[in-house]
Amino acid sequence: MDTSVKRKKAGSPPEIDIGRETRMELYRQQLELRYCEKRAYDLFLQNLIKGTSHLSLGQEAIAAGFGVAMRPDDWTFCTYRGHAHTLARGASMAGVLGELMGRECGLLGGKGGSMHLTDVSKGAMGSYAIIGAHLPVAAGAAWSAQYRGTEQVAVCFFGDGTTNIGAFHEALNFAAIWKLPVIFVCENNLYMEYTPIHTVTAVEHPAADRASAYGLEKIVIDGNDADEVYKTAVKFMDRARKGGGPALIEAMTYRHSGHSRADPGQYRPKGELEKWLEQDPLKRYRSRLLEVGFNEATLKDMEAEAMRKVDEATETAKASPVPGLDAIDRDVWADGSTAWRN
Amino acid sequence: MAELTYRDAVAAGIAQEMERDENVVFLGEDIGAAGGVFKATVGLFEKFGPRRVRDTPISEQAILGAAMGAAMTGLKPIAEIMFSDFLAVCWDIVANEIAKTRYMTNGQIALPLVIRTANGAGSRFGAQHSQAVENWAMAIPGIKVVAPAFPADVKGLLAAAVRDPDPVLFFEQKSLYPMKGEVPDGEHVDELGKAKVLREGKDCTIVALASMVHKSLDAAAILEKEHGISATVVDVRSLVPLDTQTILTEIGKTGRLFTVEENPRLCGWGAEIVSIAAEECFWTLDAPMVRITTPHIPLPSADKLEDATIPSVERIVKEVSQKMD
Repeated sequence: MDTSVKRKKAGSPPEIDIGRETRMELYRQQLELRYCEKRAYDLFLQNLIKGTSHLSLGQEAIAAGFGVAMRPDDWTFCTYRGHAHTLARGASMAGVLGELMGRECGLLGGKGGSMHLTDVSKGAMGSYAIIGAHLPVAAGAAWSAQYRGTEQVAVCFFGDGTTNIGAFHEALNFAAIWKLPVIFVCENNLYMEYTPIHTVTAVEHPAADRASAYGLEKIVIDGNDADEVYKTAVKFMDRARKGGGPALIEAMTYRHSGHSRADPGQYRPKGELEKWLEQDPLKRYRSRLLEVGFNEATLKDMEAEAMRKVDEATETAKASPVPGLDAIDRDVWADGSTAWRN
Repeated sequence: MAELTYRDAVAAGIAQEMERDENVVFLGEDIGAAGGVFKATVGLFEKFGPRRVRDTPISEQAILGAAMGAAMTGLKPIAEIMFSDFLAVCWDIVANEIAKTRYMTNGQIALPLVIRTANGAGSRFGAQHSQAVENWAMAIPGIKVVAPAFPADVKGLLAAAVRDPDPVLFFEQKSLYPMKGEVPDGEHVDELGKAKVLREGKDCTIVALASMVHKSLDAAAILEKEHGISATVVDVRSLVPLDTQTILTEIGKTGRLFTVEENPRLCGWGAEIVSIAAEECFWTLDAPMVRITTPHIPLPSADKLEDATIPSVERIVKEVSQKMD
């Protein structure tokens, strides 16, 4: 990666230049996340994906921005809306689609499903289906990094609805008092499941307005701008690595689809989606790349390549068998067994 | 062998493991300079310092969440939840996260952590600080459940729990903290999942856990002396994994089973043992099995009321002797 981080003077935030390679990586990531999730939706319609699933179409810039900024040994903690965050760490796309389809090649061998995607080998330390559960867990991983002096950072993604859960406040306070290297990233997509977040929250910015309660600065960013997300990620992760403690970032964004598979999102006021589609992170990033000198052919090649990758992953996943029933009796315990008695 | 109290055995077990392994860390409310509200962790802060013995805010979700995050990334945390009743405050982390993560991730994530907590009645603390809740935990696949009755077991089983690659919920009986007993000197590590036969009899088998082990032993002595009933007493020690082999063998020898537990009546662990016995050694039984439990009520606080609620030596003697007639 050609990121250059320059310090103006000791103690001041670094200036970050985003080079051509990094920009390509940010675009590539966003394309893959978008195409893969759209594919997941198609596979639903074909009834190849069962259960539920929570897409983050329209929110790709956040997962991509952090995914590109993170060190390979950093840790990601995300929610049940975690396909993009898991993929952004480099998890196998066939593994993600395979898991959604309940196939043996799935990241979790078909035992976890959409809401629990995990790839420890890539630092994707789990998707958590209970709102707020993973914020303290991310703090714990950060404690472990701090304890062992590894300069690893834990990045914890969650939605705006999480900010009204007790665990949010417990984790923020805990991370702040121990100065833990954890970055809490609130993806504020304006809706707490089906309900507008502002109708159930006492403050305008559900995360950022509460940061000061934990001695943290108020940070609100444009979550649909991959460059801004990336710069913010580099800045605060760098600070956290050096012992500067946690950060709470509120990234403003919008999900193009409903809360979950079952939700068409009809509660949204007329025109709102259309307004946000103009702010589509991929559309905006494409325009920017053209402005800064990328040519149309390069971008088209990248788009075709991303689609090819998704097609290939889909075929691999489809070709994978369903897990054998012997998998049921594995891995409750570390010895691989499920035995609770002799 | 040194004579230690049950509470000192806790500190001895933790110290033994922290000395052995730099990755063992300890966190909880008031565990540091204060030495714990039950004084079960006195001296650890002085010995290992604030980097490894960490006072936390009153944030049970954060304590267990942090223990989980630390465990999955290389540490071996011991987390204290002050009173077992407070597990309810962080039950999501215990039941949905810690217990299920290994399975859901197809074995990718191991969680070598111990949750220690003070369990049970006898201190007049009332219904929110006195419950025996080991049966809550026993119902969830993915978490081991240990409840020692003697100081030696506290040290040995706690060490085994720390060394176990799976999450362990370790129930210390708060009424037993002052109790003294012989504890092996030097490194002492027991084995999880082994029940102990503490007394062998020929007329009936009493299966008990934690404080009820002591009451059952006292009751067995009285039963022998005053009623001529010779009772075997089995200390279960570990509910998950459960040593059904020892339990069933002992039931088979006497043909009669009594379980004695602090849990409220419904869905206590005794019901599980009775059910296993019904399925697996029914034809060795000479009489219906009997569960001695607390009634299905929240725990009262006043001396007389609490004493009348929890199974007492007298009640065990009475129930066993009546049923044996």
